[in-house]
Amino acid sequence: MASVVAILDLKGKPLIQRSYRDDVSPSNLERFLPLVLELEEEGNQVTPCFSSQGINFMHIRHNNVYLVAMSKRNTNAAEVIVFLHRLVQVLVEYFKELEEESIRDNFVIIYELLDEMMDFGYPQTTESKILQEYITQDAYKLTVAPTAPITVTNAVSWRSEGIRYRKNEVFLDVIESVNLLVNSNGAVVRSEILGSVKMKCYLSGMPELRLGLNDKAMFESTGRTPHGKAVEMEDVKFHQCVRLSRFESDRTISFIPPDGEFELMSYRLSTPVKPLIWVEAAVESHKGSRVEYMVKVKAQFKRRSTANNVEIYVPVSDDADTPKFRASTGSVQYAPDKSAFVWKIKQLGGGREFLMRAHFGLPSVKNAEDSERRPPITVKFEIPYFTVSGIQVRYLKIVEKSGYQALPWVRYITQHGDDYSLRTALEKGSAPIVPM
Amino acid sequence: MNRAAPKKGENYELRADLNSEYRDKRKDAIKRVIANMTVGKDVSGLFPDVLKNMQTEDIEQKKLVYLYLMNYAKTQPELVILAVNTFVRDTDDPNPLVRALAIRTMGCLRADKIIDYLADPLQKCLRDENPYVRKTAALCVAKLYEMKPELVIDNGFLEQLQDLVSDANPMVVANAVTALSDIHVAATSEPSTSGEPQPGVFNINTHILSKLLIALNECTEWGRVSILTALSRYKAQDDKESEHICERVVPQFQHANASVVLAAVKVIMIHMRHVHRPDLVKQLVRKMAPPLVTLLSAPPEVQWVALRNISLLLQKRPDILQNEMRVFFCKYNDPSYVKVEKLDIMIKLAGDNNVDSLLSELKEYASEVDVDFVRKSIKAIGQCAIKLDSSADRCVNVLLELIGTRVSYVVQEAVVVMKDIFRKYPSTYEGVIPTLCANLEELDEPEAKASLIWIIGEYANKIDNAAELLEVFVNTFVEESYAVQLQTLSAVVKLFLKKPDSAQGLVQKVLNTATKDCDSPDVRDRAYIYWRLLSTDPAAAKAVVLAHRPPITLPRTTVPPIVLEELIGDISSLASVYHKPAETFIGKGRLGADALQRKAAEQDDEVSAQKALQEIAAGQQAENLLDFDDVPADDDRPTGLAATSFTSTPAAANLISGKSTNPLDDLVSIFGSASMEVPQQPPRANGLGGLSSPIAADPFARLGGGASRTPGLGSGVTSPVPTQSRQQQPQEDLLGLF
Repeated sequence: MASVVAILDLKGKPLIQRSYRDDVSPSNLERFLPLVLELEEEGNQVTPCFSSQGINFMHIRHNNVYLVAMSKRNTNAAEVIVFLHRLVQVLVEYFKELEEESIRDNFVIIYELLDEMMDFGYPQTTESKILQEYITQDAYKLTVAPTAPITVTNAVSWRSEGIRYRKNEVFLDVIESVNLLVNSNGAVVRSEILGSVKMKCYLSGMPELRLGLNDKAMFESTGRTPHGKAVEMEDVKFHQCVRLSRFESDRTISFIPPDGEFELMSYRLSTPVKPLIWVEAAVESHKGSRVEYMVKVKAQFKRRSTANNVEIYVPVSDDADTPKFRASTGSVQYAPDKSAFVWKIKQLGGGREFLMRAHFGLPSVKNAEDSERRPPITVKFEIPYFTVSGIQVRYLKIVEKSGYQALPWVRYITQHGDDYSLRTALEKGSAPIVPM
Repeated sequence: MNRAAPKKGENYELRADLNSEYRDKRKDAIKRVIANMTVGKDVSGLFPDVLKNMQTEDIEQKKLVYLYLMNYAKTQPELVILAVNTFVRDTDDPNPLVRALAIRTMGCLRADKIIDYLADPLQKCLRDENPYVRKTAALCVAKLYEMKPELVIDNGFLEQLQDLVSDANPMVVANAVTALSDIHVAATSEPSTSGEPQPGVFNINTHILSKLLIALNECTEWGRVSILTALSRYKAQDDKESEHICERVVPQFQHANASVVLAAVKVIMIHMRHVHRPDLVKQLVRKMAPPLVTLLSAPPEVQWVALRNISLLLQKRPDILQNEMRVFFCKYNDPSYVKVEKLDIMIKLAGDNNVDSLLSELKEYASEVDVDFVRKSIKAIGQCAIKLDSSADRCVNVLLELIGTRVSYVVQEAVVVMKDIFRKYPSTYEGVIPTLCANLEELDEPEAKASLIWIIGEYANKIDNAAELLEVFVNTFVEESYAVQLQTLSAVVKLFLKKPDSAQGLVQKVLNTATKDCDSPDVRDRAYIYWRLLSTDPAAAKAVVLAHRPPITLPRTTVPPIVLEELIGDISSLASVYHKPAETFIGKGRLGADALQRKAAEQDDEVSAQKALQEIAAGQQAENLLDFDDVPADDDRPTGLAATSFTSTPAAANLISGKSTNPLDDLVSIFGSASMEVPQQPPRANGLGGLSSPIAADPFARLGGGASRTPGLGSGVTSPVPTQSRQQQPQEDLLGLF
């Protein structure tokens, strides 16, 4: 529960605010930034929630704005923080970008959204697709005034009735993001696969869908044996349209989908993953004159797959200058804003291996205080038609009372997660890296 | 509105436009009024003109006028009355959107004049055929209750809300539950005159329970949160029912919304107290782990809330995430508040099977650039050593490697940590001392200096040039901080008692300086005590100063058991995030001993209040005596700092009333400098506490100082002293001082 929700600029000035309850005066918002600065000055952590003089501030940061909620009660912090993130998500879907400028330009609609998304401090409708049905930026374009938001309170609150398509189609995207951390000795310290099944649904009426995966737990619970490999998902999260109790009892994924695009489910596996793209760098630094890198990349997946848009970020110290690069494939750029150089390879075939050399000048005078810390090498990539976990869509059954035939399309892709890093940039002469 | 026209002129223009005959012009003017309102300009003078535009077919315009009204209704109550008619008419509009909007806004106006007109339309809207209107009306009842509870009761709105709990539409059910819970909180938190707790307006019975369990599977994510919160308040009739609730709630772990997952965890943790089938408990705990781990893929702020809660859950059920330590490894880009919590949890999960990978991670962190995080990582290495005896050797090796980096803050923190390791494993790592002493000159932080001085004093007989090393500090005595002065003083006395011939002059000098030139009463008092001890009875001095100290341990919990129990019941709330009971930060002042006693009585566990209190006393035992002078400081501290600890008041109260389980223990801990056992030190905000600084290593002076400032507490402290003096006769001398 939140008494006030506001968006502040980086100077702490409210850009827009909405008071939901009287117990907290909006004027307390002025205290927010000074409190943050005070905490920082005293060397304390600025945590997302903190309390001062009986008022609890809960906040998140997005681009150049703070989203702040205040409450006096022992409120549900998780709910408020998740709500603030949802607010960001909705506003981004409305305005593409959420930053100071777009807030100033759209204050009328933001007021409307704040009014609809929360009432008396309790979150209400936060699905942007539903909101867009009756809160629009160009109200004047509507010939009829927006009426009953049926979907808001439908038993099926995420789908309107009477949807019609000439061609009934469903597109499924199975996207797996790999997060992993390789230590300087070449060992994988941590790895996880975050999977997500995204759906684009162009179906008429109120269709009932059932999705079958090669889910190990499902085979176990039904006693059947899978053809081929079954995947053990550690944790599964569903869109609210999926019947959770049904999944709990027999692992069936059954649902009436929202119209259009949405994320049906996400899952997590923490099975050890071999680094799909292996990178190591030998660094030879001559203090006060230059530093040289030799970077090796290896695609450690089957030959029939190809990684696209591979970007390898190798960190260099901030004071490096006059970069020179030589790569056996792709292109290399210096990215001083990221304190790194980037090696871009458009296509990297499975099993292939390439080398790259980089040379930087270093200033002759160096601040002795500068620590030698080297952030890990990070990699971005995507591999189409391939899932690391081996997950597969076995079937997607679509049943609608009108009895139409619908076509499901499935696509697989594996990509980097938000943390695919290797601590394998090593000073030449130190212990050699032994790849797995 | 970037025109620099004078304010009056601008409002004048707006007024003209608001009264324009053209619809577009009027609407545009309203938008400009709202824009001015948004940037904080006063446009309240235009109230009547804006109001004229309220009757319109254009919903957007209506919303804007409503918005304006909400903002200024409080300052212009007599004008709001003009709007009432339109509001009432709008609640009859054929468009449900308008009906709902009208009733929602009326509830937000908060002007006494309009409230009296609210009852009739609200009555109508609660029975509206459209669920969107009903769900909005349900919350409006809670709004009305906040302003005029008697209106809600007189009109029978509470009964109507109870009926809505059985509504066919899950959204309506959810909002009815939300409204009832909100009213319940408001009603029960009011101070009652009789001293009896208020009866509450939303008491869930088995009938409502089954309704809630059904609606849970159908309603929106936020509705689920509110239903789950209501379920957590329900008192199950028997174990069977608890099991049933757990089984019905478990599927919610699969929800994509993190707050639904945490709300479900809370319900399970509460009702699991009454689940006695070991297989079911095991199954529930097993099912809880994966969703908790998944929360770590959420945005950082959500992660942080989850981590704070996981930290509590681990204190209650250390087995929950047994094999999952790796997922808590810090990512390079994690915000520092997330990293700090992860460190804390990694230490909680550290065991013989994973300590190697943990140490290699911690060593990696110790080379990052964020100084604060580096220090905490090094501290974590120390905590690891203290927690796992078998890992101590490896931890010490890592620390030595870090000292070898010669990065100033790394070395200093490592020295502080080494001191703690010495306190846990006395005389085990003496070989390290020369390395530490070699860095003596580089230390410039008081805590690091004090730690090294403590080590030198402790092992004075093993260090050949101890006198020489200490002399440096004696020479600069007056310039040092008090913590360093106290340690220097104690170390020199220790040295003297161990090697009387080499430190005769030094001890004389330090006692002289400390008593004459030092402006800290603590330091002076301690010096006087030493002086008197040494001059009257050197044997007694030896017994006191060189007394055997119990080794320190890493506390398993950072909050007392009974508070932990309360916080577990508050999972996902601010209390669980701050690790503090709600009373400490929602403005009703401190949690007193009587409040705790009442709380204990409320606990449905069989534990009697008395027993519970003793438990607290035991849990907080060490927090009590030495921290008296910190209590006021704790008061001023912003409560949001991560892991500031539970206030020390109840423990102190316990001690004074003589309820402490074992006064002797307390005393031993005073004299034997076992303040090291302190589970946490309130003044340390970093939450990694547990290892207290050596500042309190000889608490005599502090005790003396505390007593002189707060005589009441002082007398409470000294009362059990005779017990001690029976053990150590020569200390009678000491008592004279008090």
